[in-house]
Amino acid sequence: MAKQPIITVKNLVKNYGDFNAVKGISFEVYEGEIFGLLGPNGAGKTTTLEIIETLRSKTSGEITVDGFNIDTDAASIKKRIGVQLQAAGYYPNLNLSELIELFSGLYGIQRSPLEMLAKVALTDKAKAKYKELSGGQKQRFSIATTLINNPRIVFLDEPTTGLDPQARRNLWDLIREIRDQGTTVVITTHYMDEAEVLCDRVAFVDGGNIIGVDTPDHFIDQLVASGFERPKEVKLASLEDVFINMTGKEWRAE
Amino acid sequence: MTNEYSNFKATLAIAKASFRSIVRSPSSVVFTLLFPLIFILVFGFISGGGVISVDVGVAKTNDTLNPVYQALRKVSVVKLIHDQTPEQMQANLQKGSIDAIINIQKNTVAPYFTANIEYSKASGDKENILKSALNNIFYQLNAHIPNAPPPVAEIKESTISGREYKTIDFILPGQLGFALLSTGVFGTAFVFLSLRITLVIKRFFATPVKRYSIVIGEAIARISFALIGALFIILIGRFAFGFTLVHGVVTVLNMLLLSLIGVVVFMGFGFVVSGIAKNESTVPPIANMITLPQFLLSGTFFSINVFPAWLQPISRALPLTYLNDALRKVAFEGASLMDVSHQILVMLIWGVVIYTVAVKTFKWE
Repeated sequence: MAKQPIITVKNLVKNYGDFNAVKGISFEVYEGEIFGLLGPNGAGKTTTLEIIETLRSKTSGEITVDGFNIDTDAASIKKRIGVQLQAAGYYPNLNLSELIELFSGLYGIQRSPLEMLAKVALTDKAKAKYKELSGGQKQRFSIATTLINNPRIVFLDEPTTGLDPQARRNLWDLIREIRDQGTTVVITTHYMDEAEVLCDRVAFVDGGNIIGVDTPDHFIDQLVASGFERPKEVKLASLEDVFINMTGKEWRAE
Repeated sequence: MTNEYSNFKATLAIAKASFRSIVRSPSSVVFTLLFPLIFILVFGFISGGGVISVDVGVAKTNDTLNPVYQALRKVSVVKLIHDQTPEQMQANLQKGSIDAIINIQKNTVAPYFTANIEYSKASGDKENILKSALNNIFYQLNAHIPNAPPPVAEIKESTISGREYKTIDFILPGQLGFALLSTGVFGTAFVFLSLRITLVIKRFFATPVKRYSIVIGEAIARISFALIGALFIILIGRFAFGFTLVHGVVTVLNMLLLSLIGVVVFMGFGFVVSGIAKNESTVPPIANMITLPQFLLSGTFFSINVFPAWLQPISRALPLTYLNDALRKVAFEGASLMDVSHQILVMLIWGVVIYTVAVKTFKWE
């Protein structure tokens, strides 16, 4: 993979009054990768993401997204990105097809709702309302709305929180598909197992600082090289593997 | 902005989505259509089909062949009653359940007819309606008799010879005005508050859509819905209750234009409420503070002239008063929009004031 940066963040600072939510962080996201922002709640992940997404103002720092400066070209950036917000709702009383139609209009383009829903395996829910969907279906639909404008980058804020193991794995497959079609993915998550299998590179954020950026493998190797050992001997399978094995891996009628 | 992106398309997409959502929302349909129709129905039936009538008992000794009586039969507000005994008539007259007893006698010399009429104080100003009707008849009869002395000056035919003023002519504009107020204030407040709270607007902001597109799109949808509702109410009123539309289609168009001004002004209140309200449960109390006084004091159910003198200035300060007033003048008196320019001006002043407040209080997130 050509390591061409598509997002560059330099010395980003965000203060809410006296509170320094983001304390001068810098990182790059490469084109075509799945990039994970990892860290505890309140670490500044969502704030950082929303600043890059042009939804929040920054206090200082410099950000470039797909060659456009966030200060001068926010409008061009909005056209090139797809955004999934944590816990965002959708326009009330509309079904999924109508919501896709609405978003197509917001981007000023024409997309077939069924084609978009097919990408996330929700064609049979075309006439359903968003609130009638299961957790996994809701996240898949949210991702469908981020893909309407054929974005260069999609941002997914905790897309797998609260999902059962099958729904989570299905979402991983979907996210990998998006990456394989050439779209860069920036994702936040609390689940390290998820980041380990899904992300090409991860950044650890804590207390408004980035404390490390690397591939998951490299981080693990470094830790092991430093003499770290798990207190319990690692088995070849986890309890989640057992769960998936016993309940089946197929997409369930959630 | 840039080349291919169309704010117009985005605005229309929002308008379409919002309109679909409004049509499917039970509360907006209830407020805009059902409530006004129920009130119109109730008031329509309470007052006997909405027509003011004067009940006149006809004495047994009355000469039914004379031209005065024949002319009186043709006056539609006068309802002649024959099937009561003289005693019943007297008793009913005292209670006010009939408004007068008439006994017309033929004379051999001039005046050829004498109409003896007993009125009752119990029936109030219906006495004047009957008097005017009779004056009108006498005037015409006198005019047909050659060499008759010129008619006396007491005849004021204008009082009754106009169109019938039915209950529906008063009730419908009031209900229409109130429906526009409800949908403008409640509808707008709820939509923008819930879009804000559920982060729908935030998600919109991640797309290239402009803020004004969101506001205009929502406004187009709400105004369209309100005007379709208004048209529906007017048509039901016209065909089911004989609501008076003096100049037909032109009157309807004028009413719709007034409705448009009204709902735009009322939406301003809605924007303010959505800005002040913290969550969905605080919307109704705040919105009711705006709509309820106008519901009661703006001449929705009865003329503001019946209010005590100290209350009338308050009534005359409210925007709905002017909308109701203008709607009634246009529909019943056939006034043009120029004739109601004073009412329109007051509404526009309210509009400027309320949108100034709305710009300061409105919150996007």
